[in-house]
Amino acid sequence: MSIAKGREVTISVLKFNPRAKSSKPAFVDYVLEETPGMTLFIALMKIREEYDPDLSFDFVCRAGICGSCGMIVNGKPVLGCRTLIANYPTGKLQVMPMPAFELIKDLSVNTGKWMDDMSVKVQSWIVTNKETDISKIEERVEPEVADEVFELDRCIECGICVASCGTKLMRPDFVGAVGLNRVARFELDPHDNRTAEDFYELIGDDDGIFGCMSLMACEDHCPKHLPLQNKIAYLRRRLVALR
Amino acid sequence: MKIIYCDALIIGGGLAGLRAAVAAQKKGLNAIVLSLVPVKRSHSAAAQGGMQASLGNSKMADGDNEDLHFSDTVKGSDWGCDQEVARMFVHTAPKAIRELAGWGVPWSRVKEGDREAVINAKKTTITEDADRHGLITSRDFGGTKKWRTCYTADATGHTMLFGVANEALKIEVDIRDRKESISLIHENGRCYGAIVRDLITGELEAYVSKGTCISTGGYGRIFKQTTNAVICEGTGQAIALETGIATLGNMEAIQFHPTPIVPSGILLTEGCRGDGGILRDVDGHRFMPDYEPEKKELASRDVVSRRMIEHIRNGKGVPSPYGDHIWLDISILGRAHIEKNLRDVQEICQIFNGIDPADEGKKGWAPVLPMQHYSMGGIRTKKTGESQTLKGLFSCGESACWDMHGFNRLGGNSVSETVVAGMIVGNYFADYCLSNDVEIKTATVQKFLDEQDTYIDEILAYDGAENIFKIKNTMQNLMDNKVGIFRDGVRLQEAVIELEELLVKTKHITVSSKEKIGNPELEEAYRVPRMLKLALCAAHGALARTESRGAHYREDFLKRDDANWLNRSITTWPNASDTKPTLTYEEIDIMTMELPPAFRGYGAKGMIIENELSAVRQDEVDEIVEKLEAQGKDRHAIQDALMPFDLPMNYRVTNERVGDL
Repeated sequence: MSIAKGREVTISVLKFNPRAKSSKPAFVDYVLEETPGMTLFIALMKIREEYDPDLSFDFVCRAGICGSCGMIVNGKPVLGCRTLIANYPTGKLQVMPMPAFELIKDLSVNTGKWMDDMSVKVQSWIVTNKETDISKIEERVEPEVADEVFELDRCIECGICVASCGTKLMRPDFVGAVGLNRVARFELDPHDNRTAEDFYELIGDDDGIFGCMSLMACEDHCPKHLPLQNKIAYLRRRLVALR
Repeated sequence: MKIIYCDALIIGGGLAGLRAAVAAQKKGLNAIVLSLVPVKRSHSAAAQGGMQASLGNSKMADGDNEDLHFSDTVKGSDWGCDQEVARMFVHTAPKAIRELAGWGVPWSRVKEGDREAVINAKKTTITEDADRHGLITSRDFGGTKKWRTCYTADATGHTMLFGVANEALKIEVDIRDRKESISLIHENGRCYGAIVRDLITGELEAYVSKGTCISTGGYGRIFKQTTNAVICEGTGQAIALETGIATLGNMEAIQFHPTPIVPSGILLTEGCRGDGGILRDVDGHRFMPDYEPEKKELASRDVVSRRMIEHIRNGKGVPSPYGDHIWLDISILGRAHIEKNLRDVQEICQIFNGIDPADEGKKGWAPVLPMQHYSMGGIRTKKTGESQTLKGLFSCGESACWDMHGFNRLGGNSVSETVVAGMIVGNYFADYCLSNDVEIKTATVQKFLDEQDTYIDEILAYDGAENIFKIKNTMQNLMDNKVGIFRDGVRLQEAVIELEELLVKTKHITVSSKEKIGNPELEEAYRVPRMLKLALCAAHGALARTESRGAHYREDFLKRDDANWLNRSITTWPNASDTKPTLTYEEIDIMTMELPPAFRGYGAKGMIIENELSAVRQDEVDEIVEKLEAQGKDRHAIQDALMPFDLPMNYRVTNERVGDL
């Protein structure tokens, strides 16, 4: 069995190094032959190895699990590793870095720092006054509750919800669907002792739960298909009832 | 010179590094974690199927304990592991998982009543007891006596990593990402931190610390076909090797996982087979029972991978443009099970191959082929996790050869090792940092920084015809072809020679951009020589080891040779100008083993060259056990008499189980 010759595709990448004085933002076109099952990860690696060794981008797991490779393809935020070239019938892909995050270079943006800051801001961890004795039998959790918490814990903090968010454009400090989802996750977790009042302190303002305009682009683009709008609406109802 | 002082420096922000950092910070130290990538994107996140811990909660796990976990781990290692370390590990694993539950990891729980499961390709009803309801449940994995692998669907590594990373943020561990450690600072046989390159600014910085812990994962990317993330290039092991003092252990011990998907190499978890999935050949025939009547698809990974290739060599592979493969069939588990417990697997099959594995019949079968998956070898350490030869340098997780895996790791034991070693080694590491001061002159630190600065300038000034990407690809392909699942002396000798040539060629390249900021080719240019050094350690160790043990399989030496090869391969790189590692051996003492060498219970029979001491020690063990049992001693007292072990903190306390109450 052999592989038939693939079609010619054009990957157009916005290149810019904000730290180099001579660099100006510009699209660079790379023309290459499509191979079966070619993803944007495979294509960009090929471009770096064979056409442009200076092209910067971020991939880690290349399997849709680590959330490193959010980028804008033909206007939509996607995970590059899960983007199949075959799904673009015109064979033309325009690739840009995600907005809303600090640009490092070309397609590489600083999501890590943003996510760490967000995690601290919404206290994205278990808060409890109970001491766990780890040699003793663990606290029991209803299987369905564990599953519900897991459902929300599947977020990979890729930043796609932030890059597609209208509120984030107006409010630079908005914690995004990702931040609100973290709160919803801990609110469900029986290990966490925080009350609705405590969560109000963290996100009860326009940079938090009351900032969201319900444009729903976060959920439309979430690569993990998280029920973001449902959870944001639930949190808002719960917190608005407090004041 | 930019110089940053801290108490405890941790290089690598995956599960092991973060858990070690938590240990240090909780002992009042100022811990800094340096990571190539945002820590929640570490390769730990890709662990799918689960974490082994002998809680014994669910029906199929009932009666499980440390003894069974220990014996499975030792057999899995093909007696290559350090049994005392394996004991330390199995005793701490239940504590680790309970700690993580407290940090919010949403472990799947036991639900009382009937549930359907597929066992040996047949639907079976399992009835869970009411007194286990709500406790952490577990699934089956290869090479284990009980269902011991605890999980959160097939995203276990992800939820664990988020749990530990957020705990680290909570206690204000100083986490700095996009920082690459490119050499270790050391003087008079002691490590004092690292020279670090900021991957955003390109700037070099010196991190000076009382102790340094490397937790940078494996070196799978020295191979072409690997499940590993693109960052798993072994640079942590390489900078330890380049000190000329620290040693690496068992670098040839490399695991090939049976079921990465073809052609992308993305892993489909062992949980697929643990939950009842089966392997089929070109005729749709389930072939594993023909080779392994006892464990079938759930023999250890080294055995299943070899049987698959053996079957393909017998003409039963499925032809494809990417070569022959095998089918993985999980459709028999039913759509409901797949969409709950194997969701990421389903997504991977759908997105990358256009297959829905829940579709019944052939339509839902996924093409799989064994590929590189795990590095058992790494920085050789003492039981405390400290390098045997470079003081103040610790290592834990996949980057270390602590050595609980020997020549083959069991599925579910790697994420388990990350957090367990993070706890144990992390605490020993913290104790070291508490009792040792920084005693190095800034002039010495400057010397190490200048060396790296000069090295990077040298690379940018190279003016040769070679291309660093081509060298890397050549290395990866030759590792696949010559240092892979089946090895022999002829091809290994070729590999060593070719790798040496490639290492020389890395100085005959040209880096096209001369920028020091954001220059991916420059990064390749300093990483690939380090990867080649590790590849040489692996190939050289594999060539010298004239036996087959665990994942190291020599077609010209088919037997496990306990008489001559019950030892660890130790490699060093004494001079920077060397093109080959120096190889020595560390003996493994049968007479202190709790479980003397024997048949594993799977794999081919009659393939052991016995060491006469195995029988002597077995008699001793039998005698001690018989005597203590007659005295009415419990299993803990008997174990202690056979092979005592220590643990830090209160980790030595007995683990409580519902079954014991």
